[in-house]
Amino acid sequence: MKENQTRNFEKIITRTIQFSGYSSILFVLLILFFLLSEGTPALFDVKLSQLFSERWYPIEDYFGILPLILGSMVVTLGASLVAVPFGILTAVYIAEIAPKWLQEIMKPLVELLAGLPSVVLGFLGILVVSPFLRDTLNLPTGLTALTGSLLLGGIAIPTIVSISEDALNNVPDSYRHGSLALGLTRWQTIWGVTVPAAKSGILMAVMLGVGRTIGETMTVMMVTGNAPIMPTSLQALFMPIRTMTATIASEMGEVATGSPHYHVLFFIGMVLFLFTLLVNVIASNISSRKLKRSERILS
Amino acid sequence: MFWRVSFIIFSMRKFFSSITVGLFLLLFLLSGCQKNINGEQSGNQNVTDYYYLENKGSDTMVNLALYWAEEYQKLHPEVRISVTGGGSGTGISSLINNTVDLANASRQIKLEEIESANKNGVDPIEYVVARDAIAVIVHPGNPINRLTLQEVSDIYTGKIENWIQLGGEDRPIVRLSRETNSGTHVYFLEEVIRLGNAEDKTIFSANTLLLSSSEGIIAEVRANRNAIGYDGLGYITEEVKVLAIAREEGADYIFPTLNTVNENLYAISRDLFIYAPGTPPIFVQDYLDWIMTSEGQKIVTDLGFIPVK
Repeated sequence: MKENQTRNFEKIITRTIQFSGYSSILFVLLILFFLLSEGTPALFDVKLSQLFSERWYPIEDYFGILPLILGSMVVTLGASLVAVPFGILTAVYIAEIAPKWLQEIMKPLVELLAGLPSVVLGFLGILVVSPFLRDTLNLPTGLTALTGSLLLGGIAIPTIVSISEDALNNVPDSYRHGSLALGLTRWQTIWGVTVPAAKSGILMAVMLGVGRTIGETMTVMMVTGNAPIMPTSLQALFMPIRTMTATIASEMGEVATGSPHYHVLFFIGMVLFLFTLLVNVIASNISSRKLKRSERILS
Repeated sequence: MFWRVSFIIFSMRKFFSSITVGLFLLLFLLSGCQKNINGEQSGNQNVTDYYYLENKGSDTMVNLALYWAEEYQKLHPEVRISVTGGGSGTGISSLINNTVDLANASRQIKLEEIESANKNGVDPIEYVVARDAIAVIVHPGNPINRLTLQEVSDIYTGKIENWIQLGGEDRPIVRLSRETNSGTHVYFLEEVIRLGNAEDKTIFSANTLLLSSSEGIIAEVRANRNAIGYDGLGYITEEVKVLAIAREEGADYIFPTLNTVNENLYAISRDLFIYAPGTPPIFVQDYLDWIMTSEGQKIVTDLGFIPVK
């Protein structure tokens, strides 16, 4: 009797866990289906040549999403330029160089940074970063792609630091000892042995960090000026820009359900989804990639 | 000068009102809890029926609507009014989807919006509840004091790119505007950029920064000498410079004040609307009637808008 009960209980627990596992797949599929069913009509409502034109002004039926796509890319690129070197170096410092007590202070601090709400960063951007950039770089306005990039870099850094740092910590100490025993300096050990050994983990950290910046909305909406200017050169980094996320967030509330504008906004959502999917696929490819011969020998 | 001083008072009042609204909400929540507990204890309770009124739309009008709602609820405790912003477009699309009792709009409803409302079985009824002037603003350090409508239009379409072309400093012009879901944006497009010409299909220059709030525009104009912006008179603070506007070359340059708007001298002024989805129920009609009384219209004046007579 008692045994039976336990077995039933086990079964219920198993099913519950199974259901939670499957449900996430289900939800993703449902979201994907919803996105596709609301977004694809845009291809029939708006001519393709118009959809990929250079002017976005939806209330007069200009549905060119090119400046929005490129806008997102410029901001993401800028954010990576800030976050990747800074994030990896911080991780190296915490994992390899900092003394134990400093490690214990820095790790939670970085994780605290990850929990900072993006609205707060946006405020910081409007009140501090944007006036600072306007004055020091003598820009017409401080609400630029660069401002967005710097703040988004701040959002990506904690992700990059904490995952890279885990990867570095997973490198066996025998590597370091061996390298030092061969007479290499500390710097040569870090750059020639430890970091390459943790390469896949660090690359994944970078991709996840980049993934966060593509989808970030509130901060970019507050600090990039939201002008749908077509970025044509690197100069665009110092000009206002409009991203896909900011466009969806600020316009979704006003559209009449089922209008071309509504469908185009969902279409932008599809493009955005594609972007993040791409980044995630690359990230998971890196982490599950077959080890090269040299790496196998090393490990 | 009177109106400048009065705006400080209004902005202070605005600040305090948000506190009051917050407190009110808190009290409301608390009293809700209280009632539940009482209800459980005594079992039987004579529950008063509340009328709930959902009011949504224009950000320009959101403070006005809040004040109206607050005052009206004092007089009629049985009515509960919830006010939210989001922009005129947001309000009107809620009206079309029949999810609000009253939609605020700082622009007139469009023909195609009426059509899509009719499709949903909604027949919008229009009420003009106040008037508003749109002030064109620059940084206080900008030597420009006045512009013609044509010049403002040329700035926003990108024909004029530097203040030097208008006799000002050698600085690039940074154009600021509200987002496209704002009634102020649409009004400015139709009446200033296109100068009221319906055939004209000119639009904002792509360089125009679209900011999501009036406060965002004021903040940038206050800090940036290159900037030009526009906003409802009720939102203008003392820290920015309001320009005098002439209807055309050679006409008088006029500052937006209560008097110049009332006498229709100032060029950029408009009606503010409330829309109801079909004939409103009696308690909603009472509210609308009250807004039009001298008491309701006094609030309009207090907030820097212009009352309708």
